[in-house]
Amino acid sequence: MKLGFTAQEERFRSDAAAWLEAQLSGPFRDLRGVNPSGGALLARRQEWERALGAARWSCIGWPEEYGGRNATLAEQVIFAEEYARAGAPLRLAYMGVELLGPTLLALGTPQQKRRFLLPIARGEEFWCQGYSEPNAGSDLAGVRTRAVLEESAGGRAWIVNGQKIWTSYAQFADWAFVLCRSEEGSQGHRGLSYLLIPMRQAGVTIRPIRQLTGGAEFNETFFVDARTDATNIVGAPGEGWKVAMATLSFERGVSTLAQQMGFRNELQAILAAAEANGQIHDPDIRQRIAQAHIGLKIMRYSALRMLANAESGTLSNEAYTYKIFWGSWRKKLGVLAVDVLGPAGEIASAGPYQWDLLPRLFLGSRADTLYGGTSQIQRNIIAERALGLPREPRG
Amino acid sequence: MQFAHTEEQRLIRESARSFLSARAGAAQLRAALEQPGGYDAQLWREMAGGLGWAGLAIATEYGGAGLGWVELCILEEEQGRRLVASPFFNTVAIAAPIIAALGDAAQRRALLAPLAAGELRIACVLSGSDGCPPYEGVAMELHEAGAARRLRGVGDFVIHGDSADLLLVLARSPGSAGAEGLSVALVAPSAAGVRIAPHVMLDLTRPMSRVELADVAVSGEQILGEPGAARPAVERALNLARIALASEALGGAEQVLEMTTAYVKQRMQFGRPVGSFQAIKHRLADMMVEVEAARSAAWYAACVAEEGSAELAEAAAIAKSYCCDAFFDCAANAIQLHGGIGFTWEHEAHFYFKRARASASLLGTPAWQRERLMRLIASGSAPTPRF
Repeated sequence: MKLGFTAQEERFRSDAAAWLEAQLSGPFRDLRGVNPSGGALLARRQEWERALGAARWSCIGWPEEYGGRNATLAEQVIFAEEYARAGAPLRLAYMGVELLGPTLLALGTPQQKRRFLLPIARGEEFWCQGYSEPNAGSDLAGVRTRAVLEESAGGRAWIVNGQKIWTSYAQFADWAFVLCRSEEGSQGHRGLSYLLIPMRQAGVTIRPIRQLTGGAEFNETFFVDARTDATNIVGAPGEGWKVAMATLSFERGVSTLAQQMGFRNELQAILAAAEANGQIHDPDIRQRIAQAHIGLKIMRYSALRMLANAESGTLSNEAYTYKIFWGSWRKKLGVLAVDVLGPAGEIASAGPYQWDLLPRLFLGSRADTLYGGTSQIQRNIIAERALGLPREPRG
Repeated sequence: MQFAHTEEQRLIRESARSFLSARAGAAQLRAALEQPGGYDAQLWREMAGGLGWAGLAIATEYGGAGLGWVELCILEEEQGRRLVASPFFNTVAIAAPIIAALGDAAQRRALLAPLAAGELRIACVLSGSDGCPPYEGVAMELHEAGAARRLRGVGDFVIHGDSADLLLVLARSPGSAGAEGLSVALVAPSAAGVRIAPHVMLDLTRPMSRVELADVAVSGEQILGEPGAARPAVERALNLARIALASEALGGAEQVLEMTTAYVKQRMQFGRPVGSFQAIKHRLADMMVEVEAARSAAWYAACVAEEGSAELAEAAAIAKSYCCDAFFDCAANAIQLHGGIGFTWEHEAHFYFKRARASASLLGTPAWQRERLMRLIASGSAPTPRF
């Protein structure tokens, strides 16, 4: 067991830090320390992704031929830390960099890797995820979006019809990875396929969903005879469930460390607010801030454990429990935020219904125990798969 | 950076687990509690001496294995799973690092060699009768009159105080406060003026005594380090002890989770195992979330202790507070999920519940740790919780 880094790794750290500092105090100083939500600063964030790509800092863990640096896990951890320390913005390319990319590296064909990975790494193509449907939420295997393989003059193509929901990033994505039912009459996990579908086509319509925060970061995505080439399928037809689950498992990698940087900023903001308004002297508030700090540190320790176990191929216990831990933690953080602010936290900063960071955290965090599998589903998964308790009878 | 145990560390865990599952089961624990001193002296000899556990983290020049806090915490975790009653914690996890840090060459040789061999049990007098953790709680005074020194006062919550070969006493100079004026002295339990009275404790597996020192004479050789300047060594030792205690609590939490999971799989009601009901499953899932978070906290802190990083105080406060809270929650859930049988004396769930409470109190409660943590990360202040 070892926490420290080698001299070579520390050199890597100073290289990364120097590059980030130069960018974020130079051409990208407007993006430093901001946490843009939705489509805010879209063009600037795209430029940032392209700058990362051009300097090969976008997907450092990937092989060099796909725009990466073959970075070791330790180097990836270091980069995530330095990225956070520098106050660099949330990644617009998240879905491609952290979810689709690793899926293609593991399960994609050589042609797919050549076609899709470099544009992701260079910040030229952005992705979104099409899993949930109005009737397939917690019961994701209830997917009904249909995909049919058709021969036509233009070649063989998948024709896709159906509706996806909660598709974040859809409004600025070029592509979507979509779970579809490709076998007529199939049920549950069987008969699903994992398709890559271009978003900018006549058969795709996006409608924003206004959330309880007042903002609209999620969308409904409608596919009406949307087309994608027959080769744009990851894994075999009917094997989509396995591929989709593999994608979800990548969400527990280095990206969790990057996610924690946002949490750290929120906690810092709470601390600053408490110091400014005197709540920092309230014993109960102090206990809760300490508890939040402890939870955040434990997330970091758990992420390091997950990384150490990542090569084992099976989901380790800390990976099973990570989602529910951070989701519950952040919801508590949201309540702490408005308790620190007091009644002043209930007055909107600007019309119509716009909120500063901390009230937005209070509202937005209610989704943290919903998306990516509700806490109730997570508990079922932990109980049945990790603890081996008898399965619930399912229809 | 590799935040996972090495092959050698995994082997230490495996051998400890298999030894303790044979020698320290539930029935053996009950038998041990009836023994003089409240523990199984034969088991202690085998563990401490035979298997070399007492010397695991002691330098090889004193006959130890020269390993570190990560390995020691593995042993604490495994003993925590079985609630092993033994002088291991007070002797190896509290006293040994203080002696190693403060003792001169002769003292180290005289004390660490027998300690490493499992032949010296040391009880630590750290707090007074109000049970406040050091430094606020230090109630013993070291009086100096010319060349003569005398210890005077009442110490309490002294773990295995009634069966120790030697007492390690944290004392302050009269009139000093907080972390200043602290000294460490060694006293034989048989010395004139020493009175040791065992309590009946809520947690039967960690017996404690009240120790009264009525002007007990101490010579220069009995003082460890410079009188009045024990603070840095004691500070570090207390943090190491908190990490060891957190590891032990982690082990307890793991064990009650496994015990309860096994029980709800076989207990049938309404024609199905109770563990198939979501109301039960979700509680167990919450227990596992806490256990895994506790594992991250305890393992990380052990690593920090080993590597001597500046994070020690923070990591210790995090591990102590989180692991003790998690152990308590898990032990309380274990009673609930066992139903009526969990409330009986016959079932071992209560031993875990009581240990969880007692471990939380020891060396600063979770709330106390959190306030300490706040002083590291924020400005402002509030009254420190007393315990």
